[in-house]
Amino acid sequence: MATVQFQAVRKTFGKVVAVDDVDLAVADGDFVVLLGPSGCGKTTLLRCLAGLEKVDSGRVVIGGRDATDLPPRRRRIAMVFQSYAVFPHLKIYDNIAFGLRMQKEPKKAIRERVDSAASLLHIEDLLDRYPSQISGGQRQRVAVARAIATKADVLLMDEPLSNLDALLRMEMRAELKALLQKLGATTIYVTHDQVEALSMGDRIAVMNAGRIVQLDSPLAVYDHPADTYVGGFIGTPPMNFLSAEVSPNAGTPVAEVSGGSFSLGNEAASLVGRKLILGIRAESIVVEPEPGDSLIQATVVVVEPLGSHNLLTVQTGEDMLKVSTPPHLFPEPGSSVWLRLEPHRIRWMDAETGRALPLPAAVPHSVAG
Amino acid sequence: MTATRISWRPWLSRALSYATAIVLALFVLAPIYVITLAAFSSQTRVYDYPKDLLPRHLSTDTISFFIHFGGMLDALQRSVYVAAITLVLALVVGTPAGYALARFAFRGADTVRLTVVATRAFPIVILSIPLAVIFIRWGIDDTVFGVSIAHTALALPFVVLTTASVFAGVSPELEEAAMTLGCSRLTAFLRVALPLALPGLAASAIFVFIISWNEVFASSLLTLRHRTLPAEVLSLLDGAPLNFRFAGGFFLMAPSLIVILIIRRYLFSMWGRVVK
Repeated sequence: MATVQFQAVRKTFGKVVAVDDVDLAVADGDFVVLLGPSGCGKTTLLRCLAGLEKVDSGRVVIGGRDATDLPPRRRRIAMVFQSYAVFPHLKIYDNIAFGLRMQKEPKKAIRERVDSAASLLHIEDLLDRYPSQISGGQRQRVAVARAIATKADVLLMDEPLSNLDALLRMEMRAELKALLQKLGATTIYVTHDQVEALSMGDRIAVMNAGRIVQLDSPLAVYDHPADTYVGGFIGTPPMNFLSAEVSPNAGTPVAEVSGGSFSLGNEAASLVGRKLILGIRAESIVVEPEPGDSLIQATVVVVEPLGSHNLLTVQTGEDMLKVSTPPHLFPEPGSSVWLRLEPHRIRWMDAETGRALPLPAAVPHSVAG
Repeated sequence: MTATRISWRPWLSRALSYATAIVLALFVLAPIYVITLAAFSSQTRVYDYPKDLLPRHLSTDTISFFIHFGGMLDALQRSVYVAAITLVLALVVGTPAGYALARFAFRGADTVRLTVVATRAFPIVILSIPLAVIFIRWGIDDTVFGVSIAHTALALPFVVLTTASVFAGVSPELEEAAMTLGCSRLTAFLRVALPLALPGLAASAIFVFIISWNEVFASSLLTLRHRTLPAEVLSLLDGAPLNFRFAGGFFLMAPSLIVILIIRRYLFSMWGRVVK
């Protein structure tokens, strides 16, 4: 077990900056997910930690030891690859024992460690087979068993579940999470699947264009995205964004969007006069059948029943919104509905930078304007 | 109607593929058989017409005469040495080059690839005379080693290009995985990439052996008294009787068949039948 620190790590491939001065500290036993779309630099960052890529500048510190110039084998890490990278010429037993043999462990200790890793992943019956004789899901288990068998300080996982089919992935997700909790190993986990990130990580580092744009707990990343990029990337559907303005209307601030206006609490006074983006999650919008106070009118475009809820696409003014409603509510496409945008669930972003503004309640008056 | 047609299809395709295999096998085996038969026939029988295709009158007279004919066994031995040295040299030099071409995107990799192929564009006829001059100057003319390095030069392009494609088929992630599990670059190569590339390397080895074994021109030019078997056979058998020629043909053929049989088992995938 160990801590991990990236200190201003930079990695370029030719003119492309894959990792752009990233700082990240991972506590002992922490499970951090690097999340981002393909090409955002998350895998490169992981490979810099593994020692498979040489950093251009910055330091990589593992367990308090500067590992920047160490080869992979001296970093006390273990890695699970996206392709599993199970050795085809070795039986499953020898695959799992590979790292232990390289460490010159005694035969008996190897046997025990392989058996315990195999039983943790329920592959005891496969030890005598070759990788070509087992399924993809089983190979994935072998890759994880091989990584945990060496009892490395840090466990690195590069999209380990992305090659599994949807059902198996969900099953393996829960199993892997339970396993990693039991082991308590410091884990860095790379994925482009936000559901995986939200469901597994202690903390999520959302990456974009080689930088970490937000590092937070899954709930905070979901509820309080640092900018429009994070809000638009995380969540199914992603957060709704509308351009908005706040005007002082006889003391109570009023939010104006293209489809109408509604009143806000007094704390929104600080937002008056700024160009804003209003961000709100689909489930934070309440659909009312009748017009009323502080409701904005919208026209239903599409209704998608999803079983647990219905997903509506509605048009209000110039904006298209995704709204989730209880499963019994089936408004006709083309009909009018009225939306309540819960003021305390609204995230305000600066229209120019896209960065989230601090919660209105916390904004001192001097910031406004 | 349709049911019978469907059930006939796999049968037909299997019959066809077996028929093709039999034809191909006969194509290769028939000359081998005829040469072997003739080599083990007595002098008078070789001239028989029509030929008796059954081994009814076997005799080792021709073969034993041939073997004991001046220097034939020595030439055979030299050929084996030359082919073996060529095989080792070409693989030791060519495999790392193939690996480098497959793994590293270094500047000028394409140029190297092209140059390697281009070396084969020079006919050995043109190269042989200057080569002989240099060899004489170095004092390695008329030696096993001299012929070996000439053959190595001939075989290298094949080795580099075939091993490059073999290593390109071994995922780099496998070696990276080995490196995270305690291997250095070198041990990762030796423990993972090399065993996985073995079938391809075996094919390459067979190829090199045969290139060297069959090579006559460079051998004839670079040697005088210490000829390899093909060069010796060629120079001696020009005016020899037919049965001697068959015996010579048999001797040229037999060792490479043995080598192919030995290396053959590495050719086929070894790990649970399928190798990806």
